[in-house]
This record gives sequence, C-alpha cells and structure tokens, in this order.
Amino acid sequence: MTTSYSEITHNGLWKNNPALVQLLGLCPLLAVSGSVVNALGLGLATILVLVGSNIAVSLIRRTVSDAVRLPVFVMIIASFTTCTELLMKAYTFELYQILGIFIPLIVTNCAILGRADAFASKNNVPASAVDGFMMGMGFALVLVAVGAIREVLGHGTLFADMNLLLGPMAEHWKITLFDDYPGFLVAILPPGAFIVTGFLIAIKNLIDAEVEKREKAKKTTPVVKGSKRVRTTGTIS
Amino acid sequence: MAFMKMTSPHTTRAGDTGDVMKQVILACVPGLITLSYFFGPGTLINVVMASITAIACEAAVLKLRNRPVGFFLKDYSAVVTGVLLGLALPPYCPWWIVVVGTASAIILAKHLYGGMGYNPFNPAMVGYVILLISFPVEMTQWAIPRTMLEDGQGPLGPWIALQHIFTGAGSIDAFTGATPLDVFKHNNSQLVEHLYNSEPIFATGRWAGAGWEWVNLAFLLGGVYLLYRKIFTWHTPVSMLATIFILSLAFYDGGSSHSGGSPYFHLLSGATMLGAFFIATDPVSSAVSTKGRLFYGAGIGILVYVIRVWGNYPDAVAFAVLLMNFAAPFIDYYTLPRTYGHDKARRATEKKD
Repeated sequence: MTTSYSEITHNGLWKNNPALVQLLGLCPLLAVSGSVVNALGLGLATILVLVGSNIAVSLIRRTVSDAVRLPVFVMIIASFTTCTELLMKAYTFELYQILGIFIPLIVTNCAILGRADAFASKNNVPASAVDGFMMGMGFALVLVAVGAIREVLGHGTLFADMNLLLGPMAEHWKITLFDDYPGFLVAILPPGAFIVTGFLIAIKNLIDAEVEKREKAKKTTPVVKGSKRVRTTGTIS
Repeated sequence: MAFMKMTSPHTTRAGDTGDVMKQVILACVPGLITLSYFFGPGTLINVVMASITAIACEAAVLKLRNRPVGFFLKDYSAVVTGVLLGLALPPYCPWWIVVVGTASAIILAKHLYGGMGYNPFNPAMVGYVILLISFPVEMTQWAIPRTMLEDGQGPLGPWIALQHIFTGAGSIDAFTGATPLDVFKHNNSQLVEHLYNSEPIFATGRWAGAGWEWVNLAFLLGGVYLLYRKIFTWHTPVSMLATIFILSLAFYDGGSSHSGGSPYFHLLSGATMLGAFFIATDPVSSAVSTKGRLFYGAGIGILVYVIRVWGNYPDAVAFAVLLMNFAAPFIDYYTLPRTYGHDKARRATEKKD
C-alpha cells in the first residue's frame, strides 16, 4: 500500500474523520464533551493511545496470525490505555477524577481498534504513526469543538478550569462570555451533545457539497474558443 | 315553508390543514381567556410572543430549505405550535424563555425532522421539555390566581408585566406561588381534607385548586368544540382522561396523607385538559388507527398519573406525550385495522410466506 502522508492527513482530519464521518467513538464524544478542558483531556489521551497502538500493531503486523489479531490488538490498546491512565493519575489528578470511567473506556473506542485493523496492520511503521496521530487529531478536534460549543451554550464560559490540564499558567484563561448567564442545561446534558454533533456533521456535509459544486463548476468552465462549426436547426435568420 | 333540497356533494370545498389549525386556535380562546382572567396578562403576552417567534423561525427555516414560505405559513401549524407553547409556559417568564423554547420547537423538533407532517414528536412539547430541564427555576414559578391576592392587591398590570418580562425589572414575587400540583406533591403529613382547608390555593377554589379548575374546564369546552367540528376523533382524549380517572380513583385511598389525589383533582389541575384535547390529539405525532389511539391515550394517562404521583416533576403531560410519541409507530404496527373485504385484521406478528 502506498499512501502519501498528505493523503493520510487529509483522511484523518477531514475526509474520513472518525467522529464526523465514521461516527466511531461516539460514547466518549457525547459523554465528556461538556467543557473544553474535559474534551481536550480526553482528546489528548486518545491521541496518545492511538499513536502508540498504531505503532505497536504495525511493528508486529507480520508475526500475528489473522485468526488471533483482534484479541492481540485489544491487548495492545488496553496496555497503552493503562499507561495513559497512570500518566493522567500522576500529572492531572483532578481531571482524571472528572473524566473517571471514560479514560479506561478508551479501550473500547472503536476508532482505535478500527485504525489498528484497517490501517496499522497493513502499513509500515511511519505511515501508521502518522495515521494514528492524524486520526487522533481529527477526533480530538471534533471533541474540542463540541466541548467548546457546549460550554458556551451551557455555562456561558470558555476555557474554564483549564489549569486542571495545563497547570497554573492556565489559571486565568476562563473567558466569561455572558455575565449573569442562566445556564442552558440541555447543552450540558447528553441530548445537547447529540444535537451539537449533528449540527457539526451537517456543517461538514454542507462544506463538502459546496467544494464539490465549485470543483464541478471549475471543470465545466473551459469554453472552446471560437467554435469551428455552427450547427443550426430550423430556419437560418 | 319550502323544504330545502340539496344534492351531493355537500362539502363546498376540500378541507385543508389551515382550516383545521384555525379551528384549533379558535378552540384555545376560552382557555386563554380563563388563564388571563385568573393569572393576569402573562399568558396572553406569552402566546403573542411565541406565535411571532414561531412564524419568524418557520419563515427563516423554510427560506433556508428552499421551500415555499407563503404556502407553509398559510397552514398555521407554526402558529398553533406557538400558541400551545405560550399557553403551557408560566406567565411572566422572561422573554428569552419564550423565544428559546419556540425556536427549539420549530427548528429542532419540527424542521430538522423534515417539517410539517414529518415530526415524530409534538414540537410544542419538545420546546416545553427543553425549557423545563434547562431552566427549572424560571419554569416552575407560576403566577397565583386572583382569588389568592391579598385585600387591596390588584392583579398585575400589563405594563409592569411587560417591564418584568423584557428587563427583569421589578419583583413579582408577590404574584407567584406554588401550583396545586406542587402543593399536593410536597404534602407528606396532612390529610387531603386538611390540605384543602389550610392551603389557600385549595381553600379559595372549589374542587381542584383556585383558577386551575376553571382553566381546565375552559380547555375541555374548547376540546368538545373541536370534537363537534370533527377535527379529531374522541379516542385519544377519552381514553387518556378515563385512564387518569380510573388510576386516581384506585389510588385515592380515602384522602389519607399518602393519597394520590382525587379524580377531580387530577382531571382538573395542571395541563390535563390542554394535554388531552390539544396536545395528545396532534395528528402528526400520535397513533393513527382508532384502536391504536385508545392505547396511545391510555399510555399517556398512565404516564401522567405515574409521574405526577410517584415521579419528581409536579406535572407530566409533556413528558408523557413525548414518551408515547416514541411508542406511536410501535402501537400502529400492532393495531393494524381490518382492510375492507377481509374478515380479520392482518396481524403484524403473522409470518409472511
């Protein structure tokens, strides 16, 4: 398989985005995207696991037989998830407590197993690493976008509590967009996540349709200069 | 006296959605008048604001979707959604509550699913539930009926009401209080008889709480008018009200402190009549077959009673209707009517081979 890095990048971030196109990993996407800090925390953890598992799977791709590949992949993913969990416990303990069960649940994120099986087990190590990173980025970006929209709608703030993830330097990053905001609870609750994700998918499809239309218009624009023959039907006036 | 001879066809023209919707709006008028009489001008303001928002949202979304704006605005369905939501919202709630609720109803619940005729859920109730779970504080402050006003305290004037709605200025705490359903829900030590004597909202009323009983009777009147005009069949409302009646009779237990409330109380308080005749009968989101409508109405009745008596929310018509909207396709699947020319109705469970 020869896939260029730019194609892998385009696939991961846009064309085959795990959250918006494949609709994989919806459980964490919907459950922890209540604020930017939660979304970013889980997004980074997912990137870490995805890159690690993709590299590992790619390394052993010739030695593992097809029959047992899925359990092996899951074991690899589970090990990386445990590493990530321990890392978060050590460095971002409060965020670890907030995200709770959703960090171990990264194991069950279909996007990760999907990439291991569909890409890493068929490609060399560098390509797999880039694919893992780009897929992870695609997922994390959507997660952060959903998180930001839900935080603004639900709490009227942006980047609240970022110090849980980024340390004391992010202590004052919180932007209060509306003073005295009553709080639109639906945006924080799971239905809000579904609605926001649905709108993001719609926007992506809209952009795709627009791009396609423009390309089609570009293709059809070349006009033959000075046509050689004039064909007329009916009477010539 | 000459005997008028008329030949068929007797209908002068094809009925259209707009006529039906106009009848529904007309039938809301007694309820609206009663609400305004007992609780002041708040509901009227809500209805006007919600209708305007509904029309604006409907027009904007239709424009976005490249649909004929005038054609769909003329069917009045958006206005009905606005009116019903306006009637359900608490009087004197801030203006943005009305706008957010109506916009969610029209945009999320109606047009995201495909617009008029395609919405699986009742738009007005989706808007109501979104508001109820998002802004519980604003949504549970209901105005007190005029019978409970103190001596010398006049009802809230329209000018002060508008000021409060749009700027939040002026306290209207003296004009808000618990609804009969709230009071009943928080009763855990008094006999029903004592409750009726001690709580002013019951003491100044007749059967089910001051104001509310008349509001419900007014909606019943509107509903009977709609039945008379054959806007909908009797199945859903009657089965819903009958279920509530039977359940409340069964769990009344003679008015002890654990009583679920008398049948009068449940039939004439909260949104029972509005729900039975105006919400549950929505032709788009309800069950279709006549037998199915009986089950659909009964389901709403059971849910309303269960959530009111054993649930966390004082009233439950919106939740009950939405839950049964989920179930409507399922009910229709199992209640296929008999096709003309067949002895028996086809069963959905029978094998196809």
